[in-house]
Amino acid sequence: MNNLGTADGHDMHHDDSHHGPSKGISRWLYTTNHKDIGSLYLWFSLAMFLLGGTFALVIRLELFQPGLQFVEPNFFNQMTTMHGLVMVFGAVMPAFVGLANWMIPMMIGAPDMALPRMNNWSFWILPFAFTMLASTLLMEAGAPNFGWTFYAPLSTTYAPETVTFFIFAIHMMGASSIMGSINIIATIQNLRAPGMTYMKMPLFVWTWLITAYLLLAVMPVLAGVVTMMLFDIHFGTSFFNASGGGDPVLFQHVFWFFGHPEVYIMILPAFGIVSEIIPTFSRKRLFGYDSMVYATSSIAFLSFIVWAHHMFTVGMPLAGELFFMYSTMIIAVPTGVKVFNWISTMFKGSISFEVPMLFAISFVVLFTFGGFTGLMLAIAPADFQYHDTYFVVAHFHYVLVPGAVFSIMAAVYYWLPKWTGNMYDETLGKLHFWLSFVGINILFFPQHFLGLAGMPRRIPDYALQFADFNMVSSIGAFLFGFSQLLFVFVVIKCVRVGKKATDEVWDGSHGLEWTVPSPAPYHTFTTPPSIPEGSH
Amino acid sequence: MSEQVKQESQTPQNNSRLVLKLLLGAVGMFGFGFALVPLYDVFCDITGLNGKTGGRYSYEAVEVEVDEERLVTVQFRAMNNANMSWQFEPVESQVQVHPGELTEVMFYARNPSSSTIVGQAVPSVSPFRAADYLHKTECFCFSQQTLMAGEDINMPLLFFIDQDIPEDVTKLTLSYTLFDVTANFQQAASL
Amino acid sequence: MQPKNKILLGLLSSALMLISAHASAAWTLNMPVGVTDISRETYDLHMLITIICAFIAVVVYGVLIWSLVKYRKSKGAKSASFHENTTIEIVWTVIPIVILISMAIPSTGVLRQIYDASESELDVMITGYQWRWQYSYLDDEGEEVSYFSNLSTPNDQIAGLDEKNENYLLEVDEPLVIPVNTKVRFLLTSADVIHSWWVPQFAVKKDAIPGFVNESWVIAEETGTFRGQCTELCGQAHGFMPVVVEVVEQAEFDAWYAERQQAAAAIAELTSQDWSMEQLVAQGETVYRTYCMACHQQNGQGLPPAFPALTGSEIAIGPIENHVDVVLNGVAGTAMAAFGTQLNPVDIAAVITYERNALGNSVGDLITPLEILQAQAE
Repeated sequence: MNNLGTADGHDMHHDDSHHGPSKGISRWLYTTNHKDIGSLYLWFSLAMFLLGGTFALVIRLELFQPGLQFVEPNFFNQMTTMHGLVMVFGAVMPAFVGLANWMIPMMIGAPDMALPRMNNWSFWILPFAFTMLASTLLMEAGAPNFGWTFYAPLSTTYAPETVTFFIFAIHMMGASSIMGSINIIATIQNLRAPGMTYMKMPLFVWTWLITAYLLLAVMPVLAGVVTMMLFDIHFGTSFFNASGGGDPVLFQHVFWFFGHPEVYIMILPAFGIVSEIIPTFSRKRLFGYDSMVYATSSIAFLSFIVWAHHMFTVGMPLAGELFFMYSTMIIAVPTGVKVFNWISTMFKGSISFEVPMLFAISFVVLFTFGGFTGLMLAIAPADFQYHDTYFVVAHFHYVLVPGAVFSIMAAVYYWLPKWTGNMYDETLGKLHFWLSFVGINILFFPQHFLGLAGMPRRIPDYALQFADFNMVSSIGAFLFGFSQLLFVFVVIKCVRVGKKATDEVWDGSHGLEWTVPSPAPYHTFTTPPSIPEGSH
Repeated sequence: MSEQVKQESQTPQNNSRLVLKLLLGAVGMFGFGFALVPLYDVFCDITGLNGKTGGRYSYEAVEVEVDEERLVTVQFRAMNNANMSWQFEPVESQVQVHPGELTEVMFYARNPSSSTIVGQAVPSVSPFRAADYLHKTECFCFSQQTLMAGEDINMPLLFFIDQDIPEDVTKLTLSYTLFDVTANFQQAASL
Repeated sequence: MQPKNKILLGLLSSALMLISAHASAAWTLNMPVGVTDISRETYDLHMLITIICAFIAVVVYGVLIWSLVKYRKSKGAKSASFHENTTIEIVWTVIPIVILISMAIPSTGVLRQIYDASESELDVMITGYQWRWQYSYLDDEGEEVSYFSNLSTPNDQIAGLDEKNENYLLEVDEPLVIPVNTKVRFLLTSADVIHSWWVPQFAVKKDAIPGFVNESWVIAEETGTFRGQCTELCGQAHGFMPVVVEVVEQAEFDAWYAERQQAAAAIAELTSQDWSMEQLVAQGETVYRTYCMACHQQNGQGLPPAFPALTGSEIAIGPIENHVDVVLNGVAGTAMAAFGTQLNPVDIAAVITYERNALGNSVGDLITPLEILQAQAE
């Protein structure tokens, strides 16, 4: 494992042009270093996670009991909208990009990303975009209030004036994502160390390569749809207005053509992370590496032809409904393959339960559960009873929170020792895990029942038969929400103090990142490592 | 080892080539998003999906056979979008026609407000699969209608049902939604 | 579905139904079986998929938990070295495909049925507005029966000043009334933004889209009152526009329908009567609370900039002709609808008079329904 002839701390002496990072704020403003930029993305996404989480707590506070106690319905709609936008575009996606920045160059034996200066710009666009978006909360017209899916004409003809800021914020975030994807693709395709063939790359790199292509394909479509909105609102066009020959349903088609691949963009890197962690803590190679690659590619391809399962009640003709039902059901096959492969990795392994593994195992369990409800939703006639109810809310929160978010936390715990040189506090980490695990299930499991009982989405007040499960769900929300402060504490503590970490950190770890010292030097692999035959 | 095998893929030119290709791909997808707009319309036109009826249809009396055996009920609905203040209603709420038979019905509209308003009627057919078989040769929905304050009008609709309409369609509903589009036609409104 | 599977399914569904019947409505775990053929088939489909998923979960989670227990390092497990097995990978690709096909077949059947709205005996046009439903019965004879269906839960209950009643947020002033065992076809559209009309007990949910008309249908096999809600975010009062359907015997429906036709004629009566200031303001307050309050607020303060205040506003205390124009014809490019086509002259005269003599205004003038009718005729 250590005979890969890698460069380590010696980089600094051989490399004339750099004497370590600069000091002060200019380091962070002008950095082109993938580790710095990775850290920037991760801190930003943590801040956004707490912001989006605060919006969620406002929602759950109002929903604690029937009646309108705390907020006006219009503000409630702003909270649901902003919660979705901030979590999707500000927390989950930047976190995955941050992990990509930190880890991909090290995993493939490259010195940095292919386009380091564009990398800096990709990040710094985000704080601008989100400041603009969040500032709408303080404006008289209020923040966007039409749902994170912003259907027309509610988001065009009937939108508050601040919708234009929303559109520009989306443009900026999209530009950031597109540039980031180009960077990731160029890095993976062009900068792999000699001998690192595609089928030897860690699965995290594979899933990010595929995700980057997805992003490149669909973020421009999102840019297109918000541009059409902009035109409808300000320049008198009628893309989504029947009176001018347009169609509100066209909005939904174009949005979900972006929107469905988007949710796979939010989960494929998670699959990659879990595929790194489980083999390490099972002390056994990932089962079925090749089929994991093919399965991920199939999921990505299929994600383009299922979008209208978000629109089963819109009045599509029968043939269309059937097509989208069948294509959506098929996605269960490659997804199932991946789940079976993770379990087969653990089967007959030698398993230990450090915090990253706890998060990864609960990912497998709870994401799979979300997959089951997804399959139920795919059945179009049954979906007529689930659509736009809390059953859908429960489904996507299961795949996104104990899915994507847990995988991010797992990744942070897994790689923190490599980033900081210190082990995190295992006891506090375990406490954070268990509080989150319990909190999340109390929060989201009852929502399945609420949906089945008939509670619609996006309502600030509800009929009495929904009261009990709503109260339970809100209690779970506060438990889960406040537990995340523990996570912040653990991370900050680990940055500052902790037991010294070795290079390998974990007993069963494999991969180039574990051959460099902990903390990883500012520049790694300035000379490419040699890759022995047979890895993977 | 690291010197000799400098992979071709690591050259700066390769980077720029790839980046250019990816950038063009992104731009292409942006264009594709916009192309979805006419594509969607074409798809709906070809398949008659979404209840959209086609544009003006030319009726050749010689070529069309009237099917005396069948009767199809055609219901008419007229409604306003929320901002539209006109009185708008079909003179007859339903007719029974033979497929192939050219029929005329009238729709009444009146502008009760104190300013000139331009209206646009948008048709929709239920069930969707019947939309392909409803042909309009003359319809007030083909263009905007301008009514001055207090003015009223009887607007004709000339249509026929295609003889090939499936056997099991015995009733269909043609609904019009009337929109206020004055803002798009400021010049016309000021005349 | 094979007979023995039907029996198994039946047993399981009964068990679940028993559970939910005994539990109070508060802890409901499952969707309703409903009162139509389609709703029962939808429920059965839902249960079938759920049970299949449950079986798969037992197997998959079983292997996982077994592995976590048996292969712990702390218990001395040593890891094996296998990392692929083509046979098993093929098996666990093919088996899911087979299971999915077995789910797709019954699903296709149910969907086909749902899509067939032909041969209806009664047609009702349902129009979504911000924030209420309008029901219009298609009929080529006699007066058209068309009315709005508004949430009737008092504001005090929502604000917590009064105890919430049993049908809190699921009650309306005028429900949709349809006859039992009759195929009723629904034509759905919207006058502003996208709404969606849902009655869980019918398993009917369809989006209401402005400019387009969607179709659905129901044959309700039991009489009773069935409640649902709007299921597409449509603005601030999205949670406050419930759906209530009363299914009644044919005779009762006929009587109700005839009475509604007469009521339409009766409005003309009411319009030509004399109305005093007190009567107009009292009626106007009811109209205001139902149609105007959502935007302009209970005290007339509005929610600027989207919804202007009425208290002290140019329109409400200035010349009455302008006030009438705005209420009748709306304001283009804003959310202010043209109520002239939605409300009758009595309600319009009443609400205008109310707005000028309450909400902090005291202009002192009034307008009669007859004058409104004349204004509309000019």
